[in-house]
Amino acid sequence: MTATDTIRPSSGTLLEARAARRPRNMGQVIRWLLLFAGGIAMVMPIAYMISTSLKWPHEVYNINLIPDEPTLENYTYVLEDGRFYGWFINSIIIATLTTVSNLFFDSLVGYTLCKFRFPGRTLVFIAILSTLMIPTEMLVIPWYLMSQSFGWLDSYWGIMFPGMMTAFGVFLMKQFFESVPDDFLEAARIDGLNEFQIWWSVAMPLVRPALAALAIFVFLGNWTAFLWPLIVTNSVEMYTLPVGLSGFGDEADVAWELIMTGAAISTIPTLIVFLIFQRFIIRGVVMAGLKG
Amino acid sequence: MTGYRNLTIRQKQIVWAWTFLAVPVVFYVVIRFYPTGTAILISFQDWNLLGSRSWSGLENYRTLVADPVFWKVFKNTFLYLLIGTPVSLVLAFVIAYHLDKLRFAHGFLRMLYFLPFMTSAVAMAWVWRWFYQGVPIGLFNNMLASMGIAQVEFLNSTTNALPAVLAPAVWAGLGFQIIIFMAGLRAIPTSYYEAAKIDGVGWWTVLTQITIPLLRPTIVFIVVFSSIGFLRIFDHVFNMTTNNPGGPLNATKPLVLMIYETAFTNYDMGYAAAQTVVLFVILLIVSLIQLRLLRST
Repeated sequence: MTATDTIRPSSGTLLEARAARRPRNMGQVIRWLLLFAGGIAMVMPIAYMISTSLKWPHEVYNINLIPDEPTLENYTYVLEDGRFYGWFINSIIIATLTTVSNLFFDSLVGYTLCKFRFPGRTLVFIAILSTLMIPTEMLVIPWYLMSQSFGWLDSYWGIMFPGMMTAFGVFLMKQFFESVPDDFLEAARIDGLNEFQIWWSVAMPLVRPALAALAIFVFLGNWTAFLWPLIVTNSVEMYTLPVGLSGFGDEADVAWELIMTGAAISTIPTLIVFLIFQRFIIRGVVMAGLKG
Repeated sequence: MTGYRNLTIRQKQIVWAWTFLAVPVVFYVVIRFYPTGTAILISFQDWNLLGSRSWSGLENYRTLVADPVFWKVFKNTFLYLLIGTPVSLVLAFVIAYHLDKLRFAHGFLRMLYFLPFMTSAVAMAWVWRWFYQGVPIGLFNNMLASMGIAQVEFLNSTTNALPAVLAPAVWAGLGFQIIIFMAGLRAIPTSYYEAAKIDGVGWWTVLTQITIPLLRPTIVFIVVFSSIGFLRIFDHVFNMTTNNPGGPLNATKPLVLMIYETAFTNYDMGYAAAQTVVLFVILLIVSLIQLRLLRST
C-alpha cells in the first residue's frame, strides 16, 4: 500500500527480489496502465511535431501518427533555405559561451563567498541574492537603451551580456562548496598553491555534479530564451532559433509541415542530450531545485 | 610582490577575495542594479524613444490606472496564475504520488513525463497552435470530427483562448514539478509509514496526516516557483497569437506582452517602465504572501 511494500532491502534471493519488482496485484497494474497512458499523452505533442515534419504535404492533415511514406524533404527544404542553419549556429554559440561564463564566474563567486572571510562578504552575498527578486522584464528597457548607446544591438554580445552571470548559479555553487572540507584547501595552501590554483584544481573537481547541473540549466535557458533575443536583434542573420522560428511561422503561406520541421530542429538537440544523460539530468534538476 | 609577501594570511585572503569578486561586482552593479534604478527613474518620465524626454511625475501611473486595457491585462495575468498554479500543482502531485509507488519501468514512465520540460516554449507554442486550428488543419478538431463531435473554437474565442494558451505552459512545466515532488516524497522517512501501518491507519489518513504535512517545504517551493512563472508568461501567448498579439480582443494578453508592445512597438518607454515596476511589485507581493501563508501553521 505504501512505498514500504515495494522497497525491500535485503529481501532474500534474487527470485524474490524479481517478484517484488513485478506489479503484484490488480491495483498496481491499473495504476501502471493509467500512468503509462498519461505519459503517452504527455509526449504526444512532441511525437506529432516529429511525425508531421516527416510527412508529405498531402498527408499533413491526416491524424495518423506514423507517416505512410516518411520523407526528409521538409528538412532538406528548410535547411537549404539557409536561415535555420544560421540561427542554429547562433543559438549554439550563444548558449555555449553563456554556459562557460556562468560555470566560471558563478562558481568563482560562490567559492569566494563560501570559503573566504573578508569585510563586505555578507553585503556582497545579500546584494547578489536580492537580484533574484528583480524580474528580467523590468531590466529589458534599460538593457535596450544601454545596448543602443554602446552599439551592442544586433550582436552576439548584445544577446549574451545580461546572462553572463546569474545569482541562481552563485547561490547553487555556494551551497555545494559548503561540502568541500576546509582541510583540503589548507593542505593545498601548505603545498604552496596560490588561491586561484586551489579553487581551480582542488575545489572545482569536487563539485563536478553541481557544475553539470548548472550547465544544464544555463544551456537550456539560453537555448530557449525568447524575449531578450527578440528585442535586441534586428537582422535576420542575428536571430536565435526561437526568434527565427517565431518569425518563420508568422510568414505568409508557410506550410504547417515546414513550421513543424523548424520546431523539431530547435527541439530535437535538447531531447537527444536529455535521452543520453537522462539520470544525470534528473538528478541535476533535483539538486538545483532543492538547493537553489 | 614584496608588498604582498609582507601581508598576514588574513590580509592575503582579503586581497584574493576582492580580486576574485572584482569583475562580478562590476557586472552586478552595471547589469543588474543600475538598470533597476534606471527602470524606476524612467517610469516617472514621459519619453517616446523617437521624441522628447521630460519628467512627468506620476503621470504614467495615473494613465495606467485609468487604462481599461491595463485592467483587462491585470485580470488575465492573475487568471494565468489562479488557473495554472493549482492545476499544475494537483496534477504534478497526483502523478508523482502514484509514480513513486511503481517500480516496473519507473525510469521510463518518469522520462515520458519529463520530456516536455526539455522543449523550447516557442517551438511547442507553434505545435499547440497547429493542434488548435479548425478542420481540416488542426489535430484536436480533426479528432473531434472523426468522433462526430462538434467543432471547438480554441484560439479565436474570447473565452477559450486563455485556457488554450495556458495548456502548453502547464504541460511543459509539469515534468519539473513531478520530479521535485518525487524527491520530496523520497525524503519522508519510511519509519512514519511503518508506524502508520502498525497502527492500521487508512491510506487517506496517511496521505493527509503524514505525506502532505511533511511535503510542506516542497509544496511551498513549487507554488512560489510556478506562480512566478505564470505571472511572467509571454513566449506561449506571443507565439500562439502572433497575427494579433494577446488577442482576440486582448483576451489572452498578459502584463509582459503589454510591456513588450508599449516599449518596442509604440516606443513609449516611460509608460512601459511604469508597467514593469507594477510587475515587479506584483511578483514581490505574491511571493511574500505565499511564503507567509504556506510557512505558517
